[in-house]
Amino acid sequence: MMNLDSTVTVAVKKFGAEREQLLPVLQYVVSKEKWLSEDTLAEVARVFDMSAAEVYGVASFYSFLDTEARGEYVIRVCRTISCDMSGKEAIMEALQKTLRISVGETSSDRKFTLLETNCIGWCAEGPAMLVNDEAYTNLTPEKVVEVLQGYMNRT
Amino acid sequence: MKSGDKSKRLKEFEEKVNLIFRETDCVEVLKKALRGDPRAIIKEIIDSGLRGRGGAGFPTGIKWKGAAEAAGGNKCVICNADEGEPGTFKDRRILDEQPDKVIAGMGICARAIGATEGYIYLRGEYTFLFSKLSAKCEAWNAIFKEKGLNFRTSVRSGSGAYVCGEETALFESMEGNRGEPRNKPPFPVTIGYSNLPTVINNVETLAYTTMIISDGPESFKSIGTKDSMGGKVFSVSGDASVKGVFELPLGMTLQEFVDLFGDSDTKAVQVGGSSGTCVPRKNFADTIIGFEGVPTGGSMMLFNSSRSMYHVLKNYLEFFEEESCGQCTPCRVGCQQLLKGIEAIRSGERPLSYLERLRDLARVMSIASKCGLGQSLANPFNSITQHFREEICY
Ligand SMILES: Cc1cc2nc3c(=O)[nH]c(=O)nc-3n(C[C@H](O)[C@H](O)[C@H](O)COP(=O)(O)O)c2cc1C
Ligand code: SF4
Ligand code: FES
Repeated sequence: MMNLDSTVTVAVKKFGAEREQLLPVLQYVVSKEKWLSEDTLAEVARVFDMSAAEVYGVASFYSFLDTEARGEYVIRVCRTISCDMSGKEAIMEALQKTLRISVGETSSDRKFTLLETNCIGWCAEGPAMLVNDEAYTNLTPEKVVEVLQGYMNRT
Repeated sequence: MKSGDKSKRLKEFEEKVNLIFRETDCVEVLKKALRGDPRAIIKEIIDSGLRGRGGAGFPTGIKWKGAAEAAGGNKCVICNADEGEPGTFKDRRILDEQPDKVIAGMGICARAIGATEGYIYLRGEYTFLFSKLSAKCEAWNAIFKEKGLNFRTSVRSGSGAYVCGEETALFESMEGNRGEPRNKPPFPVTIGYSNLPTVINNVETLAYTTMIISDGPESFKSIGTKDSMGGKVFSVSGDASVKGVFELPLGMTLQEFVDLFGDSDTKAVQVGGSSGTCVPRKNFADTIIGFEGVPTGGSMMLFNSSRSMYHVLKNYLEFFEEESCGQCTPCRVGCQQLLKGIEAIRSGERPLSYLERLRDLARVMSIASKCGLGQSLANPFNSITQHFREEICY
């Protein structure tokens, strides 16, 4: 049987709809859908008995709760000083060239979004980046292309 | 120093402490804590001299005592695993390798203050640790129950906001709100998460409390100095000959530190991350790493003479401008103006003397901002612009 429950419904079944579960619910939706659409925010607002504006206000505070459309794989490259000094710029260039998008953009096949982020806690092994929840460290332009290739080959 | 001598010296320093990553039977330590009176636990933590390892350095035992004495049946213990300070990654390694020591510390605290609920607030960037930590919490919940401690822990996630590491912003976030810091007082020990009396401690602090109960306060006190007792877990990055996580005694001089980790061309060390202080080479010998000198949550970033300190400062200011929650004007506007200001000096649009006005602005921010984020920006800004003034315009 096909599962007709929306992601929000599944999340609320898992966590409940008390106010302190708002972040866990939004985080769950983002883990499945990568971003929070207007429809999602409206649905969450209804279930939590809040205004959509208030849910948006909370979500927009957090950089990982994206309210703009994102690709299947969200790449976040660390731009903080230790990674910057170990060659972050060359990593950005390799990513942009391979994906043919700039920072903040999503590839036309909706597979990749390229973002920069602040220190992700791998400073001794920079340059570092996250692809969704996965961390990649000691990056070189060659290595980063290999990592991308791996994701491109996933179906 | 030759590299062989260097690693030998480093090993010697590490062996002086060796608490956080030492294998320990944490269930035995918990049992030991449960055998005695809760007040005895607090006394041992106070006697050890342990101060918070998250940055602010508040005496841990005094914090626990405050929560123990607070009115209220339900109390809460929170492990701050938001680790967002640039250059800090030691909590990740502690949580990955020694989660038992951290969760046992939460249980010990629960016993000391009479808490029934506990949470680990894990930064969103460390989501890959979430399921492992949740499983550990479940396992410990069973142990707590078996040993007769009415206390349950679980993991909650952050979502990419540095300011949520500030304790009251963290409570707001856990309550499902924007992570905007609250006014203090009231302090968390009386009104914290969900209005409950709350102890919030850094990951490393909690792991140390387990070791203090295990080995006794005297043993902890014998490491470090009078004002900075015990060990500290450092995160070393930048232009370093060895990088990574190292547990060392507090109270070393920065010169000793640079001798161990520098690349023989170190011109400055940023102690305590982007909200910490930049120390230039000429002050290495006179600077003590600890509460009596330059304190640090663990972040040590080294810069050699190939680096532009303008570039370093600009990177920090971009960080603050983006991470300021925007709630209070001095910080929201101040972060933007400092960044714009140094860019204007760099481009020649403003004279170098404009730096004095910016330094005043940073000082105003340290007085008028609502939380530690805006208050601490003067540390990097004024130390970098004082010691590397000419690098700002060239
Ligand atoms: C902007 C800001 C960010 C902070 N981030 C953290 C953090 O990531 N981890 C942490 O333990 N403390 C952080 N703190 C300090 C906490 O507010 C609090 O003092 C600390 O968790 C108390 O634990 P401790 O006494 O064990 O250090 C931050 C403070 C500020 C102002
Ligand atoms: S100082 Fe900055 S981060 Fe702190 S409350 Fe004010 S605006 Fe927010
Ligand atoms: S500076 Fe890039 S991970 Fe910390």
